[in-house]
Amino acid sequence: MGEQAHATTGTYLRVAAILVIITFIEVGVFYVPAFQSALVPVLLVLSAVKFALVVMFYMHLKFDNRFFSFLFGGPLLLALAVVVSLLFIFYGSIRLRTGM
Amino acid sequence: MAHAPHAAHGEAHHTSMGVDSRKMAFWAFIGSECLLFGSLISTYLIYKGRSQVGPYPHEILNIPFTSFSTFDLLMSSLAMVLALAAVQRGDMKQGKLWLLVTALLGLIFLGGQVWEFSHFYHEGLGLTTNLFGSTFYVLTGTHGAHVTVGVIWLLTLWVQALRGKLGRANAMTVEITGLYWHFVDVVWIIIFTVVYLIQ
Repeated sequence: MGEQAHATTGTYLRVAAILVIITFIEVGVFYVPAFQSALVPVLLVLSAVKFALVVMFYMHLKFDNRFFSFLFGGPLLLALAVVVSLLFIFYGSIRLRTGM
Repeated sequence: MAHAPHAAHGEAHHTSMGVDSRKMAFWAFIGSECLLFGSLISTYLIYKGRSQVGPYPHEILNIPFTSFSTFDLLMSSLAMVLALAAVQRGDMKQGKLWLLVTALLGLIFLGGQVWEFSHFYHEGLGLTTNLFGSTFYVLTGTHGAHVTVGVIWLLTLWVQALRGKLGRANAMTVEITGLYWHFVDVVWIIIFTVVYLIQ
C-alpha cells in the first residue's frame, strides 16, 4: 500500500480530545479505591490506546506506507519481548531462590 | 505509485521502494529508540520495590503535577501536527506559530522536570540514594534529554522559518521533526503509566 492523504485538522483535534479524556480517566482510576484491584490492567490498556492513537494519527502510520509500520512495529515488538522476558527471568529467579 | 501530497515537491528523496529515504531512515532510528527505552523501562521494573532505604515512590511522586506535564506534552503533539499541516499547505504564518507553540510547550515540560528533579533531590532522593532513585533518574532523565534535543530542533526550524528558509518545499523536514517529537510523547505516555500511576 502506498502513502495516502493525511488526516484533517478536525481529526487531529478529535484525537487530542480523546487523549486528554483518557488521561483524565487514568488519573481518576488511580485515585478511586474501587478500581485498585484492576488498576494495572486498566492503566496498561488505556496507555496502549493513547500510544496507538498518537502513532496512527499524529505519526501518520495509519495513512503512510506499510513499510514504515514494519520498521517501527518490528523493533517495538522486540522491545516488548525483551521487557517481558527480563521480567520473567528476574522474578522467576527470585521465586526459585525464595521458594515462593 | 502514490505519494503523499507534501512529498511531491522538490525536497523528496525517494528510494527504489517509492518511500522517502530520510523518512525511512528516521523510522529505523525510532525503531532503535524503542529498544533503548525498552531496556530502561525493563531496568526500572526489575528494580521496582527493591529499594532498601527511602524515599519510596509513593512518598515522593506528585501525580497532579505530572498529570499536568502529561497534558502539556499531549498538547505539544497536537501543536506539532498543526504546524506540519500548515507547512504542507504553504501557510507559513500558521506554521511558524505552531512550531513556536510546540517548542514552548516542550520548554514548559522541561521546566517541570527540572523542578521535579530539584524537589526530589531536596527531599533526599539522589541518583545513588537507592534503586528507585537510580532507575528513575536514568529513565526520566534520558527522556528529558530527548525532549531537550527536540526543543532545540524545533527552535532551529522556527528560526529558519522566520528567516524565510523554511517553506512548503521543506515539509518533509518538518514531518521528520514531528516524528521525533511524537515519539518522545509516546515514550512519556508509557513512563507516566509505568512509573507514576502503577506504583
